[in-house]
Amino acid sequence: MIALLLRDLKLAFRAGGGFGLGLAFFLIVTVLVPFSVGPQSSLLSTIAPGVLWLGALLACLLSLDRLLALDWEDGSLDLLATAPLPLESVVTIKALAHWLTTGLPLVLAAPFLGILLNLPVPGFFWLVISLLVGTPAMSVIGTFGAALTVGLKRGGLLLSLLVLPLYVPTLIFGAEVARRGATGMETQTPLLMLAGITAATIALLPFASAAVLRINLR
Amino acid sequence: MSIAAKANSLWEYANPRKFLATSERVLPFFWITSAVCVVVGLVWGFFFTPDDYKQGSTVKIIYLHVPAALMAINCWLMMLATSLIWLVRRHHVSALASRAAAPVGIVMTLIALVTGAIWGQPMWGTWWAWDPRLTSFLILFLFYLGYVALWEAIEDPDTAADLTSVLCLVGSVFALLSRYAVNFWNQGLHQGASVMRVAAVTGADSEEKVSNVYFYPLLLCIIGFVLLFIALVLYRTGTEIRARRIKALQARERVSG
Repeated sequence: MIALLLRDLKLAFRAGGGFGLGLAFFLIVTVLVPFSVGPQSSLLSTIAPGVLWLGALLACLLSLDRLLALDWEDGSLDLLATAPLPLESVVTIKALAHWLTTGLPLVLAAPFLGILLNLPVPGFFWLVISLLVGTPAMSVIGTFGAALTVGLKRGGLLLSLLVLPLYVPTLIFGAEVARRGATGMETQTPLLMLAGITAATIALLPFASAAVLRINLR
Repeated sequence: MSIAAKANSLWEYANPRKFLATSERVLPFFWITSAVCVVVGLVWGFFFTPDDYKQGSTVKIIYLHVPAALMAINCWLMMLATSLIWLVRRHHVSALASRAAAPVGIVMTLIALVTGAIWGQPMWGTWWAWDPRLTSFLILFLFYLGYVALWEAIEDPDTAADLTSVLCLVGSVFALLSRYAVNFWNQGLHQGASVMRVAAVTGADSEEKVSNVYFYPLLLCIIGFVLLFIALVLYRTGTEIRARRIKALQARERVSG
């Protein structure tokens, strides 16, 4: 399992892995927002938590179609499926690698982009916390979507269509935590809900992903 | 395929031939009764009920709105059931039925959304509000779109049936989750369920009940929509079965020719 994780991480960091692409996308989306809504700092600080959450979500989505497709193309996915390691763990490791290479950098980058959008000071802490709790769910749900569409030629767009509705609860609670934190309100309820969703998806969704992957590999 | 199910059991209809024969026999009944129910219900509702003292004649859009919304949700539940049956017992008719139902569900969702918007414009003063019920329906619509898109994208029919079934199961959980998340996220304009509440029908709470004048035509419309839905799904499932047969015949011809 650890060998597989290291392999995925190496592949992502080295040339052609597209490690920085998600971060760059996050940056560009955040920079484009003031151009589209205007530079008033009061307006920007109101929408900053939501925009940052949406940016992180889209950046996460962007990298999903590479999650399994590369392994599918060169046949290593078939090898992994026949390996003694259960496919459920393979899928979980894949999601973990995706989170380490996409989700975690987004979490770390978010405060800096928050400065650009004039995020209120108490908001920084809650933004990081909410993203830290919420992004693993996005990786796990994304892995399910990637497993569903892995064999398809024009899977990329379809993947977005399938995954985005599944992101709705995570986005609602995550952005709610960040928004409430920024305005100094109580954040416990949405944060617990967000953590619950993340925990449940990590516990249950790998089984669905593995089942779907088995169907696709048949 | 296991046709060896017990006689007179529900699983007999898993045999496509048996399904087609029976559905063809009962279809005219469903078409006619649903047409009668919907037409009578709508005409009764539109022309023979009084205008509401507050909402005027706009109230009459419930005769389309409520049944369509009801069927949009029930259609997803039916797809959930047929998907489960496909995954557990692998009856092809079941998978095809859920494929056949999805577009019907999309149309029902659209009718509910559009009639709601048409009613909301004069009553709430806006075509659209991010009310929990409205938002949940929009999300349901997105789920339907994804489901149909996945069916269309995969060439191998059995793989498509498997994948869409799993998507339907996972999607149901997330749709339910979204429903509660959306409730948490925003307080609503939309009234609560006022048709099927016992107190509302019996008139125990006079505040929010749908009064009996409106209730009977509405009930007729709902029955009509249910029958119409059954008819459409049976009909479309038959079409899917025949399309599958044509494909099989063509494949056989190519092999022998």
